[in-house]
Amino acid sequence: MTIEKEQDVVPFRNRVKEHAVKIGMSILNQTKLITAASELVRNMLKYAGGGVTTIEVLSKGRENGIRVVFQDKGPGIKDIKQAMQDGFSTGKSLGVGLPGAKRLVSEFDIKSIPGEGTTVTIIKWKNG
Amino acid sequence: MDRIPILRMGKFLLVTIQIDLYDRLATNLESDLVNMVNKTGARGVLIDISALSIVDSFMGRILGNIGTMSKIMDAEAVVVGMQPAVAITLIELGLELKGVHTALNVEKGMELLHEKISFDEDTLDEADYENNSE
Repeated sequence: MTIEKEQDVVPFRNRVKEHAVKIGMSILNQTKLITAASELVRNMLKYAGGGVTTIEVLSKGRENGIRVVFQDKGPGIKDIKQAMQDGFSTGKSLGVGLPGAKRLVSEFDIKSIPGEGTTVTIIKWKNG
Repeated sequence: MDRIPILRMGKFLLVTIQIDLYDRLATNLESDLVNMVNKTGARGVLIDISALSIVDSFMGRILGNIGTMSKIMDAEAVVVGMQPAVAITLIELGLELKGVHTALNVEKGMELLHEKISFDEDTLDEADYENNSE
């Protein structure tokens, strides 16, 4: 799903929710996943002017989960370690986006090349 | 342009958020509310978020701003009806929703506003009395 304006955020969140409902995720885990996804999609819009998201259902043994990938061709993040700290922000936001999103999901991966873009992958297991 | 309706009830303004807000709608609500407080001299603002399935850091900041701005305009803001899953998620995300009062539901929120405002008026009345007796 392509994200290029703020009006895309709500439909994107609904798509994430549909997937989470499909695998029978609890309301609490759904809320955590959707909130994390919302933070990341907002970051993508704010710092990279948009990007592409992919939502898919995963299976590992008996456990099901949802993976969401956020890919942008923005300026990238120079210092990921710093960006993952609570309260750090280059913008005017509260600086909870990245570290907060990480706390809300089961698995979190971020790769960024300055000048080329950033890819963030999150996984929320159904019971995770 | 889409707008969230703001209802006036005596000294209070009531807002029920029934849909997931996109950013522009949320920032409009923030400025509409502050303008309404100014125009009507409202002493309290009650925001019902029971229909919101998520509150992310952006929405959290808007709610906090409404609280702080109301206070500057001599009004109290209370957010009511937060879903338990939303409350848990907010704390894990790292947001404390500072600057705004919260209550379990609309009824409790109204009680809270009445308490805050009648307390203010009592102390004002006493001050007037002291001034007059001089």
